[in-house]
Amino acid sequence: MSTSTLNPSANVPAAAWQRLREVPLLPAVAAAVVLFFVLAALTPHLLTSRDPFAIDLPNALQAPSLAHPFGTDQSGRDLYTRVVYGTRESLLIGLGATGLSMAIAVVLGVVSGLGGKIFDGLINRSLEVLFAFPVLLLAMLFVTVYGPSVTTQIVAVGLGTAPGYARMIRGQVLAVKNSGYVEAAHALGHSRWTVLRQHVFPNAMRPLVAVVTLGIGQSIVWASGLAFLGLGVAPPSPEWGALLDAGRMFITRAWWLEVMPGLAIVAIALAATVLGHHLQKKLEGARS
Amino acid sequence: MTATLEQTATAGTVRQELLNVRNLDVSFSAGRGRNARLNHVVKGVDLRLAAGECLAIVGESGSGKSVTARTLVGLPGANAAVQAERLELAGHQIGTLGERQWRQLRGRDIGFVLQDALVSLDPLRPVGKEIEEALRLHGWGNRRSRAAKAVELLASVGVPQPELRAGQRPDELSGGLRQRALIASAIALDPRILIADEPTTALDVTVQAQILELLGRMKERGTGIVLISHDLSVVATLADHVAVMQGGSIVEQGPARHVLYHPQHEYTQALLDAIPSEHTKGTPLTKDGRARITATSRRPRTARPADAPPVLRAEGLVKSYQGHDGAVRTVVDDVSFELRAGETLGIVGESGSGKSTTAKIALAMLEPDAGRVLLDGAAWTGISTAARRSRRRSVTVVYQDPLSSFDPRWNAERILLDAISRRDFPGEAERAARVLELAGQVGLQVEHLAKHPLQLSGGQRQRLAIARALAPEPEVIVLDEAVSALDVSVQAQVLDLLTDLQQELGLSYLFISHDLGVIHHMSDRVLVMKDGRAVEQGSAEDVFNRPRHPYTRELLASLPKLGLAPGQRTPAAAATPTIGGSSS
Amino acid sequence: MSTFNNVTGLLPKGARNDGAGSTAGGGPGGAASQPGRRPPRPNNLVTSPGLRRAAGRLLTAVGVVWAAATFTFLIQALLPGDRATLLLNQLAGQVQQRTAAELAPINAKYGFDDPLIVQYFRFLADLATGNLGVSYQLHKPVTEVIGDQVGPTIGLTFASLLVAWLISAVVIVGTARRSRAVSSVASGLEAVAAGLPQYWLGVILLVVFALNLGWFPVVGGSGLAGLVLPALTLGIPLAGFLGQVTRTEFEKGMDQPFALSARMRGMGDTGVRLRHVLRHSVLPGVTLSGWALGSLFSGAVIAESIFSRPGLGKVLVTAVNSRDLPVVCGIVILIAAIYVLANLLVDIAYTLIDPRLKNS
Repeated sequence: MSTSTLNPSANVPAAAWQRLREVPLLPAVAAAVVLFFVLAALTPHLLTSRDPFAIDLPNALQAPSLAHPFGTDQSGRDLYTRVVYGTRESLLIGLGATGLSMAIAVVLGVVSGLGGKIFDGLINRSLEVLFAFPVLLLAMLFVTVYGPSVTTQIVAVGLGTAPGYARMIRGQVLAVKNSGYVEAAHALGHSRWTVLRQHVFPNAMRPLVAVVTLGIGQSIVWASGLAFLGLGVAPPSPEWGALLDAGRMFITRAWWLEVMPGLAIVAIALAATVLGHHLQKKLEGARS
Repeated sequence: MTATLEQTATAGTVRQELLNVRNLDVSFSAGRGRNARLNHVVKGVDLRLAAGECLAIVGESGSGKSVTARTLVGLPGANAAVQAERLELAGHQIGTLGERQWRQLRGRDIGFVLQDALVSLDPLRPVGKEIEEALRLHGWGNRRSRAAKAVELLASVGVPQPELRAGQRPDELSGGLRQRALIASAIALDPRILIADEPTTALDVTVQAQILELLGRMKERGTGIVLISHDLSVVATLADHVAVMQGGSIVEQGPARHVLYHPQHEYTQALLDAIPSEHTKGTPLTKDGRARITATSRRPRTARPADAPPVLRAEGLVKSYQGHDGAVRTVVDDVSFELRAGETLGIVGESGSGKSTTAKIALAMLEPDAGRVLLDGAAWTGISTAARRSRRRSVTVVYQDPLSSFDPRWNAERILLDAISRRDFPGEAERAARVLELAGQVGLQVEHLAKHPLQLSGGQRQRLAIARALAPEPEVIVLDEAVSALDVSVQAQVLDLLTDLQQELGLSYLFISHDLGVIHHMSDRVLVMKDGRAVEQGSAEDVFNRPRHPYTRELLASLPKLGLAPGQRTPAAAATPTIGGSSS
Repeated sequence: MSTFNNVTGLLPKGARNDGAGSTAGGGPGGAASQPGRRPPRPNNLVTSPGLRRAAGRLLTAVGVVWAAATFTFLIQALLPGDRATLLLNQLAGQVQQRTAAELAPINAKYGFDDPLIVQYFRFLADLATGNLGVSYQLHKPVTEVIGDQVGPTIGLTFASLLVAWLISAVVIVGTARRSRAVSSVASGLEAVAAGLPQYWLGVILLVVFALNLGWFPVVGGSGLAGLVLPALTLGIPLAGFLGQVTRTEFEKGMDQPFALSARMRGMGDTGVRLRHVLRHSVLPGVTLSGWALGSLFSGAVIAESIFSRPGLGKVLVTAVNSRDLPVVCGIVILIAAIYVLANLLVDIAYTLIDPRLKNS
């Protein structure tokens, strides 16, 4: 497509460079951030040589420095190392909660969108009620009943965020169901099932890729919010929320204990947002 | 500031010159960095207008006519660069005006009317407030006198009960009343020039006639009118001068009677020929179509045997909906018709007449409350979906907006493959061959097949939609406003294509349109609908030439006409064969 | 008409000005009338669309609160573990098995032995008289526990909502549909703000403005100065969120013909933004505000915890930690009621902003 028609062979690296330059900067940075955290989750020892649990009391509560880029905590543990090692659990909580939430939402949304008046009315009313419970509150209610734990955190955040997604999917299903191309497919004599399989499902589920990407970031934020309030994973763990919870006591003396783990959460949440929006834009671009 | 503007105004002669534009160029910068480019949309345009006259700028979409109009009020759009040798409007040199001076000019010296008042007036505010705003912006009167003036203005543009209407929002007014209100807001300060950009395009034909009459009265009072339109017949009723634009340039300009009746430029001629009307019946609308006929000496369009068996038969269709308030609205009320093999039945009516609902019932996408539809003599409505499914392929449809009727994930080839029966074309190679055949039939190129509908032009999309409708080898195609969104030259191509296909394949068309000219051009028989009822039905000849129902007469009287057949134009394409009468 | 469907897509069906043929099917969108189509039916009190709609809304509102209450009741009743044991352990501050003799008086006092349905109706009757039960931990009526602490939280909630609206409106009017650079930077900032965790933002604000710069009190501070940072903590992410939805609508509004019409009447760009387009763009944000109020109310927990503010937050966290269900459920019901109330207000605001909805 580019200008290299005159001498194509000489321009291969140039064309590759051109393609690379056409990758938008922001999504590329976001992808790099995500890659870093995936690496941290899979092989944390590659990113740090320290032990996340090694206590070093003489060096307690050191401000960020070259030796300790994120500073140290009250027991002298290196915060950067702890953040790296906490990635796996934090990401798993985010993924688990998003997965659960999406599973519930897809079932409710599709049944509601396709199930006819009775199901739709029933599910819609129930969602209306669930909307009266803010995510954080629903999660806290859940923790009250089952006590704080990783599972509770995943389920609580998953349940809390599901109604919003369910409503979105329902709208999507209804929009596709009432679209011109579904009517055209019916007019061609295709069976109901063929139309669902060929048009309704793929088109209604298409935006989900973007939504899931956005959702993972938000789930991590919600889960660590619970942990911040002391309602998540218990502190010795380096899970990000737990780090926040542990650092809260020292906030007036050691700001980095809150700010640095929070930075990791913000970074992954923003990266997810950027990638999600990027995907959304691409999908929409292909549509209209 | 006002004083200086006044001073530059030239002293008026008898026919004061209001507009003098020479060599106007407008271009838009688009893209960034390496992809930056300049779109040159208006090229070397000259325009002149005197008081009490109407200058019409005519062109198809993308011709640059709207940008030209907006440049005259200093709002060409973002990233626009305007250049002109001369740019004088109502005595002001508008080429060098600052934003503040522009704002004094707009609304006071130049009024501007857009299309569709439902969205061109603020939908959340009463129309009276919009008129008052125009007065307030130029410091006219006080709150009370402005309110009184708004009512007075509404009355002056022919709005009955102006006090009541002033307090209503655009959605509470009928299409005609709100367009009048929009005009009232534009002429509140009695500007010397009124620019009207497609002022009647969204309106029904009867309302359009009233609005044109209103504009005509303003012209008589001395207002200079610049009328922007795609519709040559609308222009014919009002314009003194016509400028025809194509691709950003004026290709022909002159007194209306010259341009419209003695067109010199090829494009103007083609444009005029492309307008379907009573005179074009039985003849192709495009040059290509005419060439094709002379070249292959295809059999001319023959009169259909009156005793051909009906393919589709509707008996006493009734469809009502319950509104949200519980009131029942009957959208289709006792409509019966017959569509015979190989003929075209035109259903014509204004918006809300129930014609589209009738089409849906004929397609069996909607069950009638009463009455029934028979397809080839067998029940087509009132049967189970499963029983209907095997016969679905006999009746296909083409919609007004083809884009929304295509799955956005599919390219043209996939769309056609989906419509081809796997029973009739079991092999993959056979289906691929059928796709090519269909594309050929509707004039799509092979390279179009790989494209997504979004990448196709409006005309190509409609061709694709027609190909899809042909794919199941139907007996009947329902064309629901199928050409209404197209530019007149593209519409002409599609109409010619439909005529050819009908002859080739012996198709029957149920042709639904609001456009009387198109209906007249295409139909063998015509059904006129109003408020859900079939008010008149008969052969096209009878309905158009000897209308019995008062509503049909009103419709026909409202239809703006060029008044002359293409053959009567000089120097028209002399080779135009008139085939309609020379059958057999 | 089609260009406007984007905006009206959010609204109830009857409000859209569809062509006659296209208003097929009357979905369960509530009562609505179609003015000007057919002579309206006699406008008596029962069939008046406005009143019928108001009654319908009220019924829905009561229904949501009832459903929320039932939900909390079920959670309490079906809680894993014996409630009387939990309560006793709560009182004694220890965890152990209790004998039947120990549990009997508790069960009798709270009626835990009664059939579920009896307990349920007693719960509903109590609820109707404003009795939300007794805190396991504080031995005070839940209404009293909540009533003592609710004031500062309500203040914080509304302050945050106000902050959010102010920020997003100013940013939108100032930056939407300006030069590419300005609007993309602004919308980027909105996305960042919307994704910021409240606890992290709160900590940063605290560290920077209270600890380092000393502009605001570090702890508590019931005055206006103490309200600023907590309100920003909750308001900035919400502003980002509101900004995102409002910006889309605002840009759509700027592209609408009525905006061009106003310019062509001699109105300036700023005038068009403030007098025409802004009003069109706030509807989705207003809808969100109803939902956001409930969310802010629970988010106050975080802000109160960071800034050591008095309020319901501390009560809630303590109650969750000590599994003091009546208090948690009381707060849940309260927030559901606030949500419902907020949405009734949103409905009223809706018809004020878009009068086309009045008849629908």
